[in-house]
Amino acid sequence: MGKTLFDKIWDAHVAHQVEGGIDVLYIDRHFIHEVTSPQAFDGLRQRGIPVFRTERTVATADHNVPTRGQHLPIQEELSRFQVDKLTENCEAFGIRLYGLGHPYQGIVHVIGPELGLTQPGMTIVCGDSHTSTHGAFGCIAFGIGTSQVEQVFATQCLLQKKPKRMRITVDGQLQPGVLSKDIILYIISQLSASGGTGHFVEYAGSAIRSLSMEARMTICNMSIEMGARGGLIAPDEKAIEYVRGREFAPEGAAFEEAAAYWKTLYSDEDAHFDQEYFFRAEDIEPMVTYGTNPGMGMGISQSIPEPPATGNSNTFLKSLNYMGLKPGQKLEGQPVNYVFIGSCTNSRIEDLRIAAAFVKGKQKADNVNVMVVPGSKQVEKQAREEGLDQVFREAGFDFREPGCSACLGMNEDKVPNGEYCVSTSNRNFEGRQGPGARTILASPLMAAATAIAGKIVDVREVLDV
Amino acid sequence: MEKFQKLRSAAVPLPIEEVDTDQIIPARFLKATTREGFGDNLFRDWRYEPNGAPREGFILNNPIYGGQILVAGRNFGCGSSREHAAWALHDYGFRVVVSSFFADIFRGNALNNGLLPLQVPESFLQDIFSAIESDPKTEFLVDLEAQQFTILATSQSTGFDIDPYKKMCMLNGYDDIDFLLSLRDKIEAFEHSRDW
Repeated sequence: MGKTLFDKIWDAHVAHQVEGGIDVLYIDRHFIHEVTSPQAFDGLRQRGIPVFRTERTVATADHNVPTRGQHLPIQEELSRFQVDKLTENCEAFGIRLYGLGHPYQGIVHVIGPELGLTQPGMTIVCGDSHTSTHGAFGCIAFGIGTSQVEQVFATQCLLQKKPKRMRITVDGQLQPGVLSKDIILYIISQLSASGGTGHFVEYAGSAIRSLSMEARMTICNMSIEMGARGGLIAPDEKAIEYVRGREFAPEGAAFEEAAAYWKTLYSDEDAHFDQEYFFRAEDIEPMVTYGTNPGMGMGISQSIPEPPATGNSNTFLKSLNYMGLKPGQKLEGQPVNYVFIGSCTNSRIEDLRIAAAFVKGKQKADNVNVMVVPGSKQVEKQAREEGLDQVFREAGFDFREPGCSACLGMNEDKVPNGEYCVSTSNRNFEGRQGPGARTILASPLMAAATAIAGKIVDVREVLDV
Repeated sequence: MEKFQKLRSAAVPLPIEEVDTDQIIPARFLKATTREGFGDNLFRDWRYEPNGAPREGFILNNPIYGGQILVAGRNFGCGSSREHAAWALHDYGFRVVVSSFFADIFRGNALNNGLLPLQVPESFLQDIFSAIESDPKTEFLVDLEAQQFTILATSQSTGFDIDPYKKMCMLNGYDDIDFLLSLRDKIEAFEHSRDW
């Protein structure tokens, strides 16, 4: 029987097999950031051991950084301490760091692909669940805990049981105004926030293949939101051309040799998947979430469903109560005072271009605060070169410096208690964007349209086509 | 890592599904650079008012309930990979979390910290909630060696799955990292065998 894309990559990285079906999986690339690494470095100190393969780990500061005044010392003491600790640890252990102020600094899942550190066929881990983003290149990329960060430091390997394989095929053509963010929110709404647990997902089908690399990253990024360990897409010419010429990509003959191997990375026709799902691109509308997990999403024309007849309706009602919403309600027309365009899901140059193209020549509604936070210094620079910062500023949007920002309520960028925020990020959990904040996940286009209208709109009705 | 073999304890019921790691420990409390002290902020926003006063009605603030076992609804630990969630539960004093379904990364993180994620069938989970409802002090027995979980009052028992390797680690207090370090020769040999 043939092999899946996932099996081809996994099997090439098994350094050793332990009795009882556990693999010692070799890790090609390890990304670290300030929040989930300090205890792992301390573990090495306690054991008196070095980082085994320093060249395979790359660090950046993203979660805790302010998104303005980055040339100044970080105001918040604990954040400053954690970021300083990262610098200190990277120096002590010989790890390459793109810290604050460095032209390559940015959200870890934005800079990896941007620098060509992410390449097809690799195994990639990071102490961050959205590591699944890198799967867009045909990588096995997944989030790990801090104990595992220490394991990778110490041995460049992890003990892993091979997950099951799932394939999600989306065929057909997207409607105008529907983006890759809508595809993944739609899939999660169909499969639930736990529908992918225990699996690695391969995304396939004509609708997926038609997407740009950056749009594919948005899809793979949110694999974890249905519980999957990761998601991946077979590398094609688009993936190969995206990597070519980037800072850490192989060069010349070495690149051609690598690319020849990358072209062998696809699921064989007779490969077996433990689980398969099929969706039609035409069925997907612009999506919004109405609850407190990413599985609670719906098309913009739809109404919030009634509590489930079976299972725990209390959890469902608790969630709607937190959101201040009711079954049967529509979200179109819902007033919103905060809009966030950013995060590892939607902060790349294409996301900013999509938002800017819609916003150009328009003004934000008076009631709305809008933050646009580029994913990296390089994205920020590109946006400035293209004049996108100007477009945003003229519309009354706040164009910031790169970081995780208001995605996770950890740094200074937060949404106030009780306020709705239409956000291009990945999680609508209670308090995710700040205590009491009410997050509505959507695409960058829906977010931009909300900012202009001051309320949630069906972007299809306001697009110039 | 602490050894875990058997535990007899009352349990704290949290009959909510999809408890994500942002609820277990919100991101703004992840700024510490050590593993200790996260228990103080366990379930912070469910447990405390914004002014720091305990929220009435949250289960951890109710002195009737106690013990080293937390019993929660399905898909416990979804969301962020933060190991701080496992540290916070352990630091607070929990040694076992019982649910009908666990998110993958949380399960792994718990096992790496001597916190047993114990998965039971949904109907059994409801029986546990009922047992606690009729007597908040009712005790349970977790026997890792035998892979059995028992409601002592009714003698209802269920088996549970655990990876044999992780079971051995928990019973003996071993870390993955010790084991991986012992394989360094094999890892180096693998590196040499690769052509890229």
